[in-house]
Formats: sequence, C-alpha cells, structure tokens
Amino acid sequence: MNAAAPLVEVEDLTVAFAAGSGRKAPSVPVLRGVSFSVRAGETLAIVGESGSGKSVTARTLLGLTGPRSTVTAARLEIAGEDATAFGERDWRRVRGGRIGMVLQDALVSLDPLRTIGNEIGEVLVTHRVVPAGRTRERAIELLESVGMPGADRRVDQYPHQLSGGLRQRALIASAIAAGPDLIIADEPTTALDVTVQAQVLDTLAARVAEGAGLLLISHDLSVVSGIADRVIVMRDGVVVEAGATAEVLTNPRDAYTRRLLSAVPSASSRGYRLGDASGSAEPRERTALPPRAVQRERIVLQADGLSKSFAIGRGHSTVAVSDVSFELAAGETLGVIGESGSGKSTLASLVLGFLEPDEGVVEVLGAPWAPLAERARRPRRGHVQLISQDPLSSFDPRWTVDRVIAESTLRLELTAAEARERAVRLLDRVGLDESVLARHPRSLSGGQRQRVAIARALAPEPEILVCDEPTSALDVSVQAQVLDLLADIQAERGLSLVFVSHDLGVIHHVADRVIVLKDARVVETGDADDVLLRPQHDYTRALVAALPQEVRA
Amino acid sequence: MTSAALDAHELAPQAAPAAQGAGPRRGAHPVLRRFATRVISGIVVLWAAATLAFWTLQLVPGSVVDILAGDLSDPVLRDALIAEWQLNLSAWDQYVAFLGRLATGDLGTSYVQRQPVLAVIGDQIGPTVILALTAGVLGVVGAVLLSTFSIGRKRAVRASLSTIELVFVSTPVFWSGILLLLVFSFGLGLFPVAGANGVQSLVLPAVALALPTAGLLSQVLREAMERTMLEPFIVTVRARGVREALVVWRHALVHALLPGMTVAGSLVGGLLGGAVITEQVFGRPGLGSVTLLAVTNKDVPVVLGVVLLAAAVYVVVSTALDILYTAVDPRLRGAR
Amino acid sequence: MTTTLERPPATDAASSASVSARRARTARRARPPRPAVVVALVFVAFLVALVALPGVFAAYDPYATDIGSSLRAPSAEHWFGTDRLGRDIWSRIVFGARFSVLIGLAAAAISVVVGTVVGIAAGLSGAFLIGRSGRVLDEGLTRSMDVISAFPAILLAMLVVTFTGPGVWNIALAIGIAGIPLYARVVRAQTFVVTRADYVAHAAVYGRSRWAVLREHVLPNALVAVPVLAAIDIGTSILAVSGLSFLGLGPQAPVPEWGVMLAESRDVLRVAWWAGVFPGLFITGSVIAFTTIGRWLQTRDDGSRS
Repeated sequence: MNAAAPLVEVEDLTVAFAAGSGRKAPSVPVLRGVSFSVRAGETLAIVGESGSGKSVTARTLLGLTGPRSTVTAARLEIAGEDATAFGERDWRRVRGGRIGMVLQDALVSLDPLRTIGNEIGEVLVTHRVVPAGRTRERAIELLESVGMPGADRRVDQYPHQLSGGLRQRALIASAIAAGPDLIIADEPTTALDVTVQAQVLDTLAARVAEGAGLLLISHDLSVVSGIADRVIVMRDGVVVEAGATAEVLTNPRDAYTRRLLSAVPSASSRGYRLGDASGSAEPRERTALPPRAVQRERIVLQADGLSKSFAIGRGHSTVAVSDVSFELAAGETLGVIGESGSGKSTLASLVLGFLEPDEGVVEVLGAPWAPLAERARRPRRGHVQLISQDPLSSFDPRWTVDRVIAESTLRLELTAAEARERAVRLLDRVGLDESVLARHPRSLSGGQRQRVAIARALAPEPEILVCDEPTSALDVSVQAQVLDLLADIQAERGLSLVFVSHDLGVIHHVADRVIVLKDARVVETGDADDVLLRPQHDYTRALVAALPQEVRA
Repeated sequence: MTSAALDAHELAPQAAPAAQGAGPRRGAHPVLRRFATRVISGIVVLWAAATLAFWTLQLVPGSVVDILAGDLSDPVLRDALIAEWQLNLSAWDQYVAFLGRLATGDLGTSYVQRQPVLAVIGDQIGPTVILALTAGVLGVVGAVLLSTFSIGRKRAVRASLSTIELVFVSTPVFWSGILLLLVFSFGLGLFPVAGANGVQSLVLPAVALALPTAGLLSQVLREAMERTMLEPFIVTVRARGVREALVVWRHALVHALLPGMTVAGSLVGGLLGGAVITEQVFGRPGLGSVTLLAVTNKDVPVVLGVVLLAAAVYVVVSTALDILYTAVDPRLRGAR
Repeated sequence: MTTTLERPPATDAASSASVSARRARTARRARPPRPAVVVALVFVAFLVALVALPGVFAAYDPYATDIGSSLRAPSAEHWFGTDRLGRDIWSRIVFGARFSVLIGLAAAAISVVVGTVVGIAAGLSGAFLIGRSGRVLDEGLTRSMDVISAFPAILLAMLVVTFTGPGVWNIALAIGIAGIPLYARVVRAQTFVVTRADYVAHAAVYGRSRWAVLREHVLPNALVAVPVLAAIDIGTSILAVSGLSFLGLGPQAPVPEWGVMLAESRDVLRVAWWAGVFPGLFITGSVIAFTTIGRWLQTRDDGSRS
C-alpha cells in the first residue's frame, strides 16, 4: 500500500440525527464541516468537551452512528475506498479489519460473560484471520504482544478478574487482532489510575511505532500532549483549531482553545481565576482570585491516628485507613491526594461521621466529633458540610431544588417565607436564577447541579467543607467555574476546605497543604508546592512523574 | 417485568471485582458451598411447607374423623377409626410421625381410597408430567423466537409483538383451551376433543398451556435483551464487524438468560397449576382430576401430597437454576 | 498535572442530539397517554360501572331460567345468546363482573398490604434499623417468602379450599397469600437500594433523625414500584379467581361468575360457541386493561426519573 496515502481522509463531514421519535422528527446536526486525515505511523488527537461531537466522529468512521443518522461528506475515504457508498457488508469488512476501536473502561466494554480469549477469538473468526482451531494460540500471541504477563493463563479469564490496566490491554488486543491499519481509541485511559495510564498509552504508542495509525479521542490534554503528533480541537460539532500538538498547545490561535487551555488547573494557575465570567474570549490575562487569610493558630479540624477496617467474607478484613493524622487550620485548604483504593473515600466518611473509626479521634472546632454518639453530634452537624462527586445521586429523586436546599437547614425550623428567601439568596450567590427552585435536578446540567449542592452545603453556614472529588465529573470549563466559585466563597466566608481528589492539577491549584494517601496510609504531607514540585516519597515521585509535561497556556 | 428485573438484581447482586490473579483460595470451593447452602435452604423450605400444612389441618378440630367416617356417626366406628389412624396421639406426636413418614417418602394414606397417597398420585402423574414438559418446551422455544425476532425491528413490528405477548399472558388457559377446541376440534375436526391417547390429543392442550409461558418469558427476555443492546460492550462487538444477528444471539440473548432463568423458576409452578386446569378443559386424565376429586372429598392427604410434590419440584428446579446462574455469570463465582 | 477536559459522554452515538429532546419529554409530564391506554382506562371505567350498577346494563335477570330459549345464538334480544338454561349471557356477564373484579381486588389488596409490610421490614432490618438481629429477621422473612412461592397459586388455593370448603373469600385469601412474595421481594430490593443511596447518607450530614429519613426519603422511594405492580396484579388476580371458579372451587353455580360460566359452557361448546367465547373475552379484556394501565404507570414513572 502506498505509504503516503492517508488511512482515513475526511472532508466536510456533516452528521445529523433525528431527534425525538416518529418519522417527521427534526434533524439535528451534530457534526458540521469536519475535515481531517490520519496517516500510517502518526497519531492524531481529537480533543473536546461534552457535546463537541468527537465520539460521533469516531463512530462515523466505523459506520456505527445508528439508523437515525444521516451522514454526508465531500470526501469520506477509508483505506482509499469511498465510504459514502458503503453498504452494511462493506462496513463490516472495515470494522475490525481495517479499523480497530478501543473504548474506555474495558469492564463495561468487554462482554463480562465471556472470557478474554473468546472475545479476541470473535474477531479472529469474524475476519477469518486464522483457522478455527488456532484461535486460542493466536489470542495468546496477541495478548503477549500487548505486554500482558501470564498470557496463557489470562486468556481463559474473565474481564472482572483482571486489573484495570490489564483489562484495557486485553481490549486493545481484541481491537488489533485482525491487523487493522488504523486504531481509534476513544477515551482509552479514563477510569484508570495515573500510573497505569502510562502503560496503556505505551502499548498504543508501540503499535504506532510499528506503522499503525492512531486516532486518539481524549478529554485529557496531558495524555494528548504526550503521544499525539497532531491535534484538532472540536466544539459543538465544529473543528475550531487544528495543527501540530506542540503548536496548538503552546500557541493556540482560536479563542475557545485558549479559554480551554487557561481553564486547566495546575501549579501555574494557583491564585488566579480559571474561568471567564463574561464568556468572552479574553486570552492570557489572568485575573487574580480574592486573597485568602489562613489562620495557622486556629485549628478547626483535627484527626489523630484514624484507623478503619472492613470485614469481607469470613475471617478476612481489609484495612481502609491506617493511622492517618492531619490538621486543618482556619481558612486553609487541605488537599487529600490518592488513587483508587488509597482510602481517601473512607477517610472522608470518617471525617463526616458516616463511619466510626476503629481507632483514633476526630475533633471539630476543639470539641470531640468522632467516635461519638450521633445524638450528641447532631446539634453540631451544621459545622461540617459535604460536596460530593455526583450531586444528582445526593438529591432525593422525587424532590425539587427548593426542597433539596431546604433540607440542610430543617433543624432551624424556619418559616416557609424565611426558607425561601434564604434559598433565593444562596442560589444567587452560586450564580443560579430563582426559577431553578421549582425545577427538578435532573433537568439541570452537571455544573448547575453542583452549584445547587454548594448552595445546600452553605445554607447552615458551616466552618468546614469537605469536597470529595467535586469536579471530577465535570467538563474542564465547568470545573473552572465551580473551582472559581468555591474560591470566592471560601475567601468571603473564611471557610476551611478538605479537598479530596486524584487530580494533581486541581489539588495544586486549590490546596495550601496536602497529604498523600497510599494503601491506607499517609506517605507524605507538607505544603502543596513542596510535595508536588519536590516530592520526597517514592510514590509521590511516581505519581508526579507519570504525568507528561505540564501544559502551560 | 419489573419484578423479574428486580428479582435478578436481588439474586445476582453487583459482584465486587474479585481480587486479581488466581491465588490459592482458602476454604471450600465457593460454588460447592453455594450449592450446599441452596440444598439446605431447599430442605428447610420443604420442611416449613409441610409443617405449615400439617398444623393448619390441626386447627380444624374433628374434621379428619368426620371425613373418614363420612355420614356415619356411630361412636364405635369413630373410635375404631381414631385408633387406626393414630388420631388419639397428641398433635405433636402425630406431627413427628408425619415428618418421619415424609422423610422416607411416604406421603400418608388417602382418607377416601385407603391407599398410599404415593400410589394414588403415581398412577396419574404421567400424563400431567408429559403435558407440563411439552408445554414448557414449547413455551421456551416460542419465547426465544418471539423475543429475538423483535430486536432491532421497526417500531410497528415491535409494538405488535409486544401486544401478542400481552395477549398470551392475559388469556386464561381455560379460555384459550376452549377457543382452540372450538376452532380445531369442533370446527376443523383436526384434533380429538378429549382423552390422552397419543400425540394428537397432546397438541391442543400443550399449545394452550404453553401460551402464557411463552408470553411472559418473551417479555422478560425481550426487555433484558433491549437493555443489553444499549450496553457499551455491544458497541465493541459491532466494531469488530460481527453480524447484527450474531450480536443478538451470541451476546444479548446470553445476558438475557439471567433474568430469564429467574423467571423460569416461577414458570414451573405456573405450568403445574395450569396443567390442572388444562386437563379439566380437555378431559385429560392426570393429577388435575385426582386433586379436584380429593378436594371435593376433603381427602386431605392426597391434596397435601400433591402440593408438597409441587413444592419439591419447585425447590429442585430453583436450586438447579441457582447453580446454573453461576455457570452463566462468571462474576458470581468468586467469594460471596 | 492531569489536564482533564470532561467526563466522557455516554456511548450512545445519538445521545448529544437527543439529550435536548429527552429533556423536553421529561419536562412535559402531562403528555396525553397512548390510545391503547385510553381504551384500557375506558374499559376499566366500564367495569366499575358494571360492578356498581349492573341493573342499568343488564336486560334480564341473570338467574332467571327459560328452558324454552335455551342455547339461542346471539341476536337482537339476546346480545350474547343464551346458555343451557335459557339465561341471557350478556346479563350474566354484567352481574358476574362484581365477582371477578371484587374478588380479584380483594386478593390483590391482601398481597399488596402484607407483601409491602414484609418487604419493608425485611429491607430495613437488614441494614438500617437494627443490626445483627436485623439480619436474622431479614433471613427469616425471606425464607418465609420462599416457602410461599414454592407453591403454585392454584394448588395453594386448592389446599385452602380443602380445609375451608369452596367459597368466595376463601379463594380470595388463597390468591392473596400466594401473591405476597412478589411485593415482598420487590419492596425489599428497593428498600435495600434506597437505604444505601447517596441522598440517605447525605441526610445524616444535615442532622436529620432516623425517623425523618425513613419518613421522607426511604418509604416514598422504596414504594415507588408498588402502584405499578398492584395495577398489573389486579389483572393477574382476576385470572386466578376465574381459574379457580372454573374448577369449581370458588363461587358455586348458579352464580354468574365468569369462570363458572366457562365451566358450564364446556359441555355445550359443540352447539353453542357463544357460551364459551364471551365470558372469556371479558376475563381476558379485564386482564389486558389492568396490565396496560400498570405498564403505563411504569413508563410515566421511568420517564419522570430518567
């Protein structure tokens, strides 16, 4: 095959979906005028937030947009063939044979009821790569080629029996089983710990080095910067910027791209606003956040020697938190860093009094907090409030926003008028209109829901706010607004924050001091800059090193 | 429908991801342990059922003697009967004796026919089993075909198939039997009206009995498959170039087996109960007529025997299904 | 310094386009129901009318025999024909409605009330209120439900009738008992899910008492499925009641219960198809109507929760 010819050539692609049901449903365009190409041996990244259309682009290349879609393009060539004329049989040839797709989170992207070997075997059989008797052998070879240890054992295992990273590599193996020239990876490293992400990306990079093309779809700019040769940025179904990765990330021309890059929290954004309140396209000038005073002498939250274990099955127990201690000063933000399984969620539960510690104590504002009978703690509940990762599941599904916000102050027995007035004031503070009160949280966007959660948390006027991954589920621009909002409110009210996250950029942006958790223990504590720029402990070093170069806007 | 889905949720809880690797497991093999637990709980259920039935009978005093003596009120006869049937023992002693007999498979003696219940039932159980099995197989096959056919079709097709399912489930077995008789026996003369001679007389009753099973199972399978088709891994499967039909049969149907098997347990009970009614409609001999006669004659041991037998069948089937569950869903094989 | 842009979207390719459509659907909860649902509601209303005011609809006395007019085909005088004893079938169906419907309702009511209470007790005792002894209670209740569900409803009813003799309320009780495990299991599972939900945990952060959480969060959300199941269950109960009556275990002839009517028609089918068709039509129609209404309630529920 001609090495210079692109594997995929797309020009002026438009995809529309029939919205709603029925034959006369209006057609909503999801992609407009999208153009790009991918060649052998190169990596093109598509970057964008939700609704940008990046996943639809990937699906279009496999003809998987579904029966309610209309695809038109000036040019849509796959391996030199005109794909606009493809019938279902042609598409089936392409799928897996010419283009392999890797989705995120192999736990749900592989059939949980079938072995890895069977899943890979399905590709081999469909594309007749090897005779039926040899599929298991070939599957083992493929697993070895993606660096799976003990492949001959793993081939007969089920997806849930493998760790996240190994699962993802098995998924990659099934995508490349029929030897496609182009690999499309749609968010391949989300749901993976940072240290494991690197391994998965290396696997993909190795294939590119061998001559495959890679179309990488990601929301993670650091992933993109590490592996992609060229980048296109999409917004609302349109390509707003395209070019070499280094160029686009350091010298973006489009206002949206610039806003996007400046919204990313990192060490360099500390003390400055991430978002843009006006929504206009102001470039590099950063507005400073209001100053915050930290009163080191006043300790509002103290944890000493906290330990907690859980019994699982018979006679086994797992240690979730072991001998964890920390202090939170008034007005300070303490960052809690940890990957999955580190114990950070359990720690948050202990601080909030959801669980009682096996050992150790928690004191809030100088008085005992845990372990303590709930009856004794209840009157003081207003001092510590919570903002969690998924606001929707923290709202009663049958309640409207007004009732949700009122719940946090029911103890105060306000009259209906007082409660409403307070709710309106809080909504206004978090940037929401009064009309939101009558709506159901499900009809709100992710960012709006989190604002409602913040309003609810502020209502009892707490001193301490526990934020458990509050922005992990949000788009970066929405995350920027929420982080700015929290910063404003914290400065205004002198709140102290316990901020739990796996995202080092966010932690570095918000935290004054940090503690690093690994396997139920604190491995490092100190000022944010010290720990994250000059890590002492091996684990912290590994965490920081696993991230590709910092993105500077 | 909802119940089946939630039953599946209850029976197959989200398994926590098992530890990676295949290190040596301490303790008994989890599947064997599960099997043993289910068998034990099955026995407990049967024991509880028998106990419940026995003690309910005790609440109605004097009735046993009345049944045995019929219209005769001769005290000498009654005393003789009491002695013969050990009714002079205390209730607790009778209960123990009852359990003891059950453990050896002796279901007691019929009040009316003065024969062992087992013999009374054993005579007539054959045709009923044949009918129930045939209807069951027909129902399952029909359900699988109906549900897989409707996946991915146009809305109109799916809606009409859904309506067919609804009609099947809602039509009482005795009415569909009557309709089939009207059309095929009286009308077209294709099948015999009554009796249990050979395959010809099995067709109409089996079809009538199979319809509700087919309808309900099809609903459950279809809804499960439609849910499965929305799962992320189906996108991966399609992205491999697999034919749509195979996507449904190889992947979606297997996933639908889980709630399907949950429902299958209750379907067995429905088939037995339905067989009783169907036999009446088609004049077939079998457990139906035996039991009805016993009910009319207040022949408690026979009715009790039939009921306990049905319960035993259900327990065996449920236990088997529970084992099969772990065979189909590997996530359940880890430590509970 | 992970630089994340977003939480990756749902994998459904059309999600972005239909999100706005779905939001619009959610907002419009007062959407008119499908024609099938309307028909079902009308039929149920009609049934209620038959139960309440049979005299208005029936043309003849359902018990009045007239051997001279036995086994007449449907005509202008006898819309559904006459049976073996010359009784007008349409009138008998009208008066028979009360038996099937009311007994079915009674049975469903028993199942709903007892089953829901058992389900809540089992679901709560497992986690929320009590603790280890709670788990014993949960196990005990669940096993009891297993015992009941081991018996096919029909056979259970036959057992009850053996003791008590045939009759209306006996079979209602039997069917009611047989239906308890369904509600118990569903409500128990829902209660489990709800007590572990985030919003229940959050209530602790606001200092809410256990009773308040139970009253305001757990019960309303755990019982969401009950009306749906109950509607469908009324249909199933009517099926079971008429089945048992067909076998002669319920109301006895000459009561115009629909199952009894079908049993009576069995012998004259060869010459009088109408005696076997119309009562069954009403049974099936009633079951379909109640099931359709139940399903419609469910889609409204799902729609308002999606």
